[in-house]
Formats: sequence, structure tokens, C-alpha cells
Amino acid sequence: MKPVLDVNQLTMDFGGLRALDHIDLQVHPGEIVALIGPNGAGKTTFFNCITGIYAPTKGDMFLTRPQGEPKRLNGLKPNRVTERGMARTFQNIRLFQNMTVLENVMIGRHCRLHTGIPGAIFRPPASRREEKEVVADSYAMLEKIGLTRYVNEFAKNLPYGAQRRLEIARALATEPFLLLLDEPAAGMNAQETKALDELILRLRSDMKVSILLIEHDMKLVMSLSDRIYVVDYGKKIAEGNPEEIKSNPAVIKAYLGEDIDA
Amino acid sequence: MITLQEIKKSFLVSLWFMFLTFPIMVIKVNTIEQTIEWRWWWMAAVGLGAFVLSFFWRIAIARKEAGKKKAEVSGEEKIALIPRLMSNPRFYIPGLVATVALVVIFPFVFSMYQTNILITALIYVVVGLGLNIVVGLAGLLDLGYVAFYAVGAYSYALLNYHFGVTFWMALPIGALLAFLFGIMLGFPVLRLRGDYLAIVTLGFGEIIRLVLENWNAFSFGPSGIANIPKPGLFGLKLSLQQSSIFIYFVMIGLALMTIFVVRRLQDSRIGRAWIALREDEVACQAMGIDKTRTKLSAFAMGATWAGMGGVVFAAKTTFINPTSFTIWESVIILCVVVLGGMGSILGVIIGALVLILLPEYLRAFSEYRMLVFGALLVMMMVFRPGGIVSGVRRIYKFEGLQNKVDS
Amino acid sequence: MDYFLELFLGGLTRGSIYALIALGYTMVYGIIELINFAHGEIYMIGAFTGLIVISVLTMLGWNSIAIIVLAALIAMLYSAAYGFTIEKIAYKPLRGSQRLSALISAIGMSLFLQNYVLLAQTSNFLPYPNLVPTWDFLQPYEHIVRSTEMVIYIATALVMVLLTYLIKFTRMGKAMRAVAQDRDMSMLVGVDVNRVISFTFIIGSSIAALGGVLVASHIGQVNFYVGFIVGIKAFVAAVLGGIGSMPGAVLGSLVLGWTESFFTGYISSDYEDVFAFLFLVLILIFRPAGLLGRSDTDKV
Ligand SMILES: Nc1ncnc2c1ncn2[C@@H]1O[C@H](COP(=O)(O)OP(=O)(O)O)[C@@H](O)[C@H]1O
Ligand SMILES: [Mg+2]
Repeated sequence: MKPVLDVNQLTMDFGGLRALDHIDLQVHPGEIVALIGPNGAGKTTFFNCITGIYAPTKGDMFLTRPQGEPKRLNGLKPNRVTERGMARTFQNIRLFQNMTVLENVMIGRHCRLHTGIPGAIFRPPASRREEKEVVADSYAMLEKIGLTRYVNEFAKNLPYGAQRRLEIARALATEPFLLLLDEPAAGMNAQETKALDELILRLRSDMKVSILLIEHDMKLVMSLSDRIYVVDYGKKIAEGNPEEIKSNPAVIKAYLGEDIDA
Repeated sequence: MITLQEIKKSFLVSLWFMFLTFPIMVIKVNTIEQTIEWRWWWMAAVGLGAFVLSFFWRIAIARKEAGKKKAEVSGEEKIALIPRLMSNPRFYIPGLVATVALVVIFPFVFSMYQTNILITALIYVVVGLGLNIVVGLAGLLDLGYVAFYAVGAYSYALLNYHFGVTFWMALPIGALLAFLFGIMLGFPVLRLRGDYLAIVTLGFGEIIRLVLENWNAFSFGPSGIANIPKPGLFGLKLSLQQSSIFIYFVMIGLALMTIFVVRRLQDSRIGRAWIALREDEVACQAMGIDKTRTKLSAFAMGATWAGMGGVVFAAKTTFINPTSFTIWESVIILCVVVLGGMGSILGVIIGALVLILLPEYLRAFSEYRMLVFGALLVMMMVFRPGGIVSGVRRIYKFEGLQNKVDS
Repeated sequence: MDYFLELFLGGLTRGSIYALIALGYTMVYGIIELINFAHGEIYMIGAFTGLIVISVLTMLGWNSIAIIVLAALIAMLYSAAYGFTIEKIAYKPLRGSQRLSALISAIGMSLFLQNYVLLAQTSNFLPYPNLVPTWDFLQPYEHIVRSTEMVIYIATALVMVLLTYLIKFTRMGKAMRAVAQDRDMSMLVGVDVNRVISFTFIIGSSIAALGGVLVASHIGQVNFYVGFIVGIKAFVAAVLGGIGSMPGAVLGSLVLGWTESFFTGYISSDYEDVFAFLFLVLILIFRPAGLLGRSDTDKV
């Protein structure tokens, strides 16, 4: 089968700084792939490039819906990328702070709905139905992620762990087949991290999404991932399954001085 | 407690402001008549005022900081009083009845002068609600908003002058033209980041005003257009007073329609997208929302209401010229939105009534109006960026969740 | 040819004036990313303060060179004080909150200061005495360039040299560059960010005041509203040059000054301001990073 995400020779320069240097990366259907590396290695930049937030200097990116044809991502705006079926979360949480939890998820549904301004004003039956559905669907999503008790709270008032989960819920509401998670466990305690581990596995089995995640928590990475890519200073220094990565000398060297479990 | 320390601080602040305002406030020069007037008592007033205000300032800042911390610690935020009352039928039904009764009998009980003031306030309610879509909901600072108001006013005035178009035909035409202008101007500028947008819209607003001022053949220049007819009622001949009352009810109707539409919009797919855009542009795009289109729709919707407001304005004053459409008019409308509460319908209504009615009734202070507006904008942003009535989001109810939602 | 030269020098004058104001905009923007709408008003307050000093000293019968120098200095001092105070009241409490709030606050401040001067002084245009002496050697060229204009060029050049020195070679200048690049990081390494911001406002404001006094002398009148439009145009110039860049601000100002001058000289003077705004809109749309600005990718 074709990989859902196929990135070739991705390069990104900021002025004189090469944040990504000819990176190749594939995610296959149903896989959980981790992208790891020390701080400042370029992981978030990689996400920003493939989601259309940054325009990469060089390289090709293709997204393939299962049973679909590969679609080039280069030059697409972020919203188009999301429409094509790849959604993401942010490392530094970017929820809509002054909207309720339910509304945050409803925003995720936006690109799958159709009501425009006339529909909003005159509320024909189709718009009413759609509005009912979006409320129900979003609520169902909160049930899946376990956030129903906050449904009408402002996002900014949620505890940290819940905010991270809400980011996931919001991304899933866009109906992606590939989900990008940027340090989803950052700031979570051990118990929350364990719940996250289960959640991610459940997403793959129940919702049939492939997952590409950036994470510093090595225990989580090793237990979840099918394959791991390691980057350092914008270069890919290793790839392989968790066992291979653990024993890879280049990886150990890159992490030397940095706590592997951090 | 007021400590010695605090008094000393305030004393220094007071000294500083006396120094600061000394040349401008104390020495009044008149280089035409070559006279200089020394106003020492103004200095005393500034000193005293600064001394007292600096206490309030510090207390308010301390409160704000404390409030921020508390909200962070408890993670709770009390829903403001007014919306809470509004959602309780025991309060809002009698309130609504009383308001409706007052609104209906107002023009018959009070003088024509009062009615006219209220019409002006209602125009500001309508354009304020329009600007609220742009600034309050979508978070786009539009400083050229009054240009669309001008488009509405001039389209009625000119269409009437050349083709005898009536008010009722001009109303939708003015709205449509303003909408089209909104799209036309919005399209190139909405890709810009927030602060550039403010300055470019300001520029566009001024361009339109300057064109109206200079293009005599089209707009009759600074002398403007007079004798614009008031709205007709089935061809009846209305006296001056009757026609005021009629415009009053037209405005009430227009305001109600605006409220109805804005309410529906803000709890719709588009309205949510506007708010999301205000909250975080990057996240918004990453969630699949087309930034440019969404901004454009907010911009054009706001413009539409300004256009309608402009048509009514032209009809009410029966005379328009470019001086009614300066950037400061945009700023007054912005004040209405900011004072009332960005994103809140009730807030904008209250803001318009307070800002337009108060200066009318405090005529003695009317020259201080713009000074106060300026100070108000700063103070609101510093101490209460949410306005008098902060925008509240809709609460959705779900089975088995009632206790949680109501608590 | 004379006409061309006249327009060229007229443009240079305009450009120099814009530059004196644009520098303040660009410095403040570079440091706190805020369009300080009140900056034009600072310029106006500088001009007014200068007028007040001039009137008082003229009454006391001072020598005109001493008067103009003292007026400029006091105007700079006062504008600096206003800039400092405005930052403390209207912008500092808003650091860290939404950008929209700070912008609205800036607009409010601008409106407030205009009306403050309007109410405390007058709404009329006041004649502004020109105390810059006429130089004999310029006499033959009087119709092309006046000595006041000469002073404006010299002052602008001097300001630029001093400012460049300040930014490049002093501790404060280094701190300013650091804060402009990354405020949080500078704070971590021990830069007193509040001081740097205050300092920036003080410098920017006093330069504007110098402009205010010279321009008012040159034009010969002043009122409470002179700062607003000039301020906006100076902002256009700052954006044209690349906001945040000081050489950019000067270059942008000169380009805007010359284009305006030639436009009004050869094409039409009715639409002078329309032209400036159109220019602004076009630059922002087609080259938002300006002539010398870097087009950064916002960090996400
Ligand atoms: N918009 C940007 N402009 C300039 N440099 C950037 C930008 N975004 C990221 N960088 C730089 O790129 C490098 C990689 O950053 P990032 O992708 O955030 O690392 P990671 O997520 O692996 O910790 C860093 O040196 C960072 O400073
Ligand atoms: Mg990162």
C-alpha cells in the first residue's frame, strides 16, 4: 500500500539557519510513527512545513487517502491541507481560549459543513439539521476523548492535561486519516500520560487514523511507535523500530547530555 | 490602607503631571494677538487631580493583577451579572415588557428633539452592531468603517438626486453597495496582519473621504448634498414631527432586524469561525477554516450594516457632506463597541445609548466629549478589555448533564 | 530645470520631516510591535511646546538664535516626557494582552492628546514665528531652498548620525537591539526591558519634537491636528522602508517625500493625501516587508 504521508528531501531555511535538511519520511496506513530529537532539532518546523504553515525551501510532500491517489501538499494553504485529511495539534497549546470546549470541537467540524451566511440568517431546514448534527457529533467526540464534564467551560479554564486532550479532540473533529501530535504528553503527569497512551492506541483501532507524533517522553514513544525517526540539527540521523533506535550509536550520541527520559 | 509610602508616591506622580502639563495647560499663547495668559490655577487642578487619580489607578491595577491570579488559581470565571439576569426569565420577561412599552410610547410622550436624539443613538446601535461583527467577533480593527457609512449615505443622496430613488429602494441598494465595497476593499487588505490592517483601513477611509471632498462633479465636494427626502409612508404627507416619529420606528425596526441577524450569525458556523479567527489565526487555519474568506465575510457583513446606517443617516439629517465621515467618526463607533463589550450585542446597545445620549444631555460638557472618548478607550483597554457586558458564549444542554450545566 | 530642482529639494524637505517622525514609529515598532498612533501627537505637542517657549522668550526680549535653540531643546524634553508617560499609562499595562487592545489604546491616546491640546490651547491655526536666520550665502537661491530647509536637512543628518552611534556602539543601543530581537530572551539574560522600552519612547519622542519645531517654523503655523496626518504619512514611510529598520525609515521617508513632491508638482495637488494613502495601501499589499525589511516567517 502507498504511504499516507510521503515526504521527500524536505528542506527549510530561516535566513542563514537550515532548520530542516533534506528530510525523507513516510507514514504508512495504520502506523504510529514517532519523530524525536533534541530541542531545536526541527521537529515542529517539520510539522509546520507539511501542514502549510511554513513554505518549505525545497522538497516534495504527498498525502494519500487510503484507497486514494497521492495529492501534492506543496503550496497548499493550511486549511486545504486539513480538508485533505491531515490534522494536527500544537506544542504550545493553541486552543480558542474564549470559546467553550464544545465550540472548540465544533470549529474542527467547520470544514465538513456547508451553512453560509444566508443559511445562518434564514435557517432553512438543511441548516437546522446541520447545526443539530454538529452539536451532537462534537459532543460525541468529547465523549470519546473523555471531556464531557467540561463541555460548556471556557477552554482557558481547563486543567493543562485536559487542554492537551481538547487539542486532540478538535483535530479529530476535522475527520483526518492522519493525525499529527506535537508533544502531546508535555506537562502531563504519569497517570495522564498513561491515559494518553491508551487514547492514542484507541484512536488507531477505532477511528482508523494513522499517527505521526513528536514526543520527548521516551517511555511513551517506545511503547507506542511502530517506527521512529530521529532528527538532530535538521538532519535525519536514524530511523527504525524502537529496538533499533535504542541501540543506535548516533542517537545515543545526539542525546548525550540530554536526559533520555525527559 | 493608605500608607505614607503611597502618599509619597502619589505626591511624586502629582508633581510629575504638574511638570508635564505646565507649558500646554498653564501658558496659553495667542500668536495672532501676541498675548500670553498664565493660568496657574490649572496647575493646581492638575496636581490635585493627579494626586487623587493616582490612588485609584494603583488600586485598579492591583485589582486587575489580583483578578488575573485568582482566575488562574480557581479556574473559574463568574458569568457577568447582566447576562445572568438576562438568562433568568423572572427578570428578563418583565424587563422586556417594560422596555417594549417604553420604546413604543417614547416618541409620543417626549418631544421631537428627544426623539431625534434617540434616532441618532439607534443609528449608532445599528452601525455599532455591524462594526461589532468586524472588531468584536472577528477581531479585525477596521478604522475605515465610516467609509461604508459614507457609501450608504451618498448612494441614497446621489441616487435620489439624479434618479429620484426613494428611501425604501435606497436602503437595500445602499446596503448592497456597501457590501460590494466591503468585498472590493477587503479583498486586497485582509491578507495583512492585524496592525497593518488597522492602518490600511484608516487609509482607505481617508481616501474615500478625500475623493468625496475633491471630486466635485460626482459628490458636490465640501458643500455636500442638501434636501434629501425623509422616508415616505405610502405617499402620505407627513409633518416634520410625524416624519421624525416615523423614522424613529423605522430605526427601531432596523435595530431589531440587526439584533436578530447578528444573534443568528454569532451562533452559527460562520460566527464561530469569526470568533475562532479572533482567538488564534494560526490554529484557526490549521482547523480547516479559510482565513481570507472568513475575514472577508466579516468585513463585508459589517460594511453592509454601515451602509444601511448611512442611508438612514442621510434621510434623517436631509443633508450630508464629507465632514460627517472623518476617521474620528469611525473611532466613535469603535468606542461604542469597546465600551459596551466587544462581541456582545447587549453591550453594544448599552454602549451606543450611553455614548450618544450622555453627551447630548450633558451639553455643558460637550466640548470634552472627544477627550473623554479618548480616555475611555485607553481606560477600557487597560482595565476592562471585555467592556461593560462581556460577550458570553452559548450554553448547550445535554441529557444527563443538566446538574453540571446548571451549577 | 529650476522647477525640477525645486521639487527635488521640496521632496527632500518633506522626506527629512517624515524621517524625523518615522524613526520614532519604527523604533517603537521594532521593540514592542505596536503602531504608536499617538506618535504624531507627540510631534504636535513638541511643536506647541516650542511655540510657547518662543512666545515667552520673545516677550522677554531674548536673542532669536538662543530662542530657537532653547525652544527646540525644551520641546524635545517635554515630548520625551510625554512619550515616557504615555507608554506607562496606555501601553505598559497592556503588554502581554492581545494586540488589538494595545492598538485601540493607542488610538484612544491619540484622540485624547489632540483634544487635550485643543481644549488647553485653541482650535485655530496659530502663526509660528520663523526664527531661523536667513543666511546670506543662500540669498541667491532663496526661491529654491530656504535656510530653514537647510537647517532641517542638517538636523536630520545629525540625528541620523547620532542615532546610528547610539544603536551601534552604546550599551543601551545593544540592549535595544536585543529586546527588538527577542524580548523574553533579553529579559532572561538580564536586560532591563522596561528601561529599554522607556528609553526608546524617550528618544523617538524627542526626535519627533525636534521635527515638530523645525517643521512648524518652516511652514509657519500649527494647530492641534497637524500631527495626525503627518504621523500617518510618516508611518507609511516607515512601512515603506521596512518597519523596524532605521535606515529603512529614512530611505522610505525620502522616497515618499520625493514621490509626493513630484506627484503634486507635475500631476495634481488636489489629491496629495489620497496619493499618500494609495501609496500606503499598495506597499502593504505588494511589499509588506518594505524596501529594507526582512520578510520573516512568524514563529508558530
Ligand atoms: N519562524 C522561524 N523563524 C526563524 N527560526 C525558526 C522559526 N521557527 C523555528 N525556527 C528555528 O528552527 C529551529 C528548529 O526549531 P523547532 O522546529 O521548533 O525545534 P523542535 O520542535 O525540534 O524543538 C530552531 O533553531 C528554531 O529557532
Ligand atoms: Mg517543537
